[in-house]
Amino acid sequence: MSENKNRFLSVEDLVVEYTSDGEVVHAVNGVSFHLEKGKTLGLVGETGAGKTTIAKAIMRILQEPPASIKGGKILLDGVDLLKLDKKEMYGIRGGKISMIFQDPMTSLNPVHKVGEQIAEVVRIHNPEMNKAQARQRAVEMLERVGIPAERYSEYPHQFSGGMKQRVVIAMALACNPELLLADEPTSALDVTIQAEVLAMIKKLRDEFDTAMIMITHDLGIVAQVCDDVAIVYAGEIVEYGTKEEIYTHRFHPYTAGLFGAIPQLDVRVERLSAIKGLPPDPTNLPEGCHFHPRCPYATEECKKGKIPFAQVRPGHFCRCVHPEEGRIM
Amino acid sequence: MVKYTVKRLLLMIPVVLGVTILIFLLLSLVPGDPAKLVLGNEATVEMVEMKRSEMGLDKPLIVRMLTYMKDVFLRLDFGTSYYNTTPIINEITARLPRTMTIAGFGILLTTILGIPLGILAAVNQNGIPDRICMILSMIGVALPEFCVAMVLVTIFSSKLGWLPPYGVKTWTCYIMPVIAVGLNSMAGLARNCRNCTLEAIRSDYVTTARSKGVKEWKVILHHVLPNSLIPVVTSLGTSFANMMGGAIVIENVFSIPGMGQYIVTAINSRDYNVIQGSVIVLAIIFSLIILLIDLIYAYIDPRIKAQYVGTGRRKKTQ
Repeated sequence: MSENKNRFLSVEDLVVEYTSDGEVVHAVNGVSFHLEKGKTLGLVGETGAGKTTIAKAIMRILQEPPASIKGGKILLDGVDLLKLDKKEMYGIRGGKISMIFQDPMTSLNPVHKVGEQIAEVVRIHNPEMNKAQARQRAVEMLERVGIPAERYSEYPHQFSGGMKQRVVIAMALACNPELLLADEPTSALDVTIQAEVLAMIKKLRDEFDTAMIMITHDLGIVAQVCDDVAIVYAGEIVEYGTKEEIYTHRFHPYTAGLFGAIPQLDVRVERLSAIKGLPPDPTNLPEGCHFHPRCPYATEECKKGKIPFAQVRPGHFCRCVHPEEGRIM
Repeated sequence: MVKYTVKRLLLMIPVVLGVTILIFLLLSLVPGDPAKLVLGNEATVEMVEMKRSEMGLDKPLIVRMLTYMKDVFLRLDFGTSYYNTTPIINEITARLPRTMTIAGFGILLTTILGIPLGILAAVNQNGIPDRICMILSMIGVALPEFCVAMVLVTIFSSKLGWLPPYGVKTWTCYIMPVIAVGLNSMAGLARNCRNCTLEAIRSDYVTTARSKGVKEWKVILHHVLPNSLIPVVTSLGTSFANMMGGAIVIENVFSIPGMGQYIVTAINSRDYNVIQGSVIVLAIIFSLIILLIDLIYAYIDPRIKAQYVGTGRRKKTQ
């Protein structure tokens, strides 16, 4: 994409496939993006678009098989993570890169004390620390996410969903990661807690000066926390640019559709608008532009070949044969 | 936890009393007169009457039951067999250790082989170790104990002459019985453990652990195992109970004078005192095992522990 010098993370042409019962699921098809230190990128898309797969590929925690990374590079500070061996990856996971998962109900181990789960990651990445020091750090992290130190020795079942997600956040940030992958961190929480947790993630991200990839389908969250936005559809980035660019100038019909689906408070409507049709079957993606079967602007041209990812405005890219601003879906 | 354990121990009292009443009533409902059986066919009516009053059978059922319970629970006196004068308690204390040895080592064998095999299979799901483990455990589950026992005797006693085929003279006598009772439940446990481990491996908290940079073997040991063992422990309790019961078959095959053999002989000769005594002792042992399993359970799963201990904060988990 752009010839940015201080790229910290860059993903190039990442291809991930899942194999199940002989069928190949094309989950991620040539995704490229980059991220500068301290910035936040939002990956936005529908369920099944491949967002989580991208994050798990960066962490190299995809279950292989059925998943397999077919190609591409993931460069972190110039080092290709996909070329590192298992041992080197252990040092990266949880240390340089960490991840917050979608469902706090299941992402903490039910048989270990929450404090110990945080101390564990501290000990792994700071082998020089003794138990007491690691515990001290874990307590500190708990307090930073607003959980009193006395609750160190409690178990996950004694916490509410929002509290558990705070623990997960504390765990993710315990080793000062350079990159934080947040996979729909608020989707499983109820609305009031969502705002709280989101504010906390934002605050801590700024305090720790961590780069972040925020995976979400909520454009409101993107508006609150992200610098750049990548719209993902069927395992491809279809539109990419800064938040301001995307929010003010939308070129791809899919992006237009996503924004069109946000209910507006000042307009009285009978039904909420939605993009017609369903996301394509990833085992059998349509030829040409993957969005063409759902796109009212599709022409014959859209149905063949690979659609180029072209710059439509400075720093704003769009994967569309007929990019045009201000479409209504 | 201590409070809970004491509470559970106290709860055992009604259980054991209940079992005692039940077995006493059941046996008195069985047709046939023990006095006649003891004296044989040639006994006259007078002799039977005399024997009956000597055995206390002429008294009303309720009186007999209360006397029996008083003897058993206050004086640990199970009476004597109808056929000889050895106190039953002496017989039981001599025989029980043999049965417990077989079941105990059987469960040990089951645990130390079954759990690692199950984990090995789960970690290499669909790999060669998995296939081998699963085929072997399929065979193990399908083979009945006595069949294994006979195959073992044929090979190691008859053909090779390495192990004694019967008796309890030396510790080598126990090797084959232990393998025979252990193999079957080991195979079952390995399958069970594999399934539970697979389920745990796929959980989100395992992904979390991996994302923290925890090494793979530690993920299995520290994060997967404590979770997958919870259901496995339950099945261990049942296995142990089955082994104590299954001892009847194995003790007969290997001619081991244990509890199983004792009960079978007693049933055949309607030696009610012996049956009652043995059943009560086994009931106490089973209750203790179940309690032990429950305590292990609470030890590995804090959610269960919280239910037992009842700490003030008890939030619902989804």
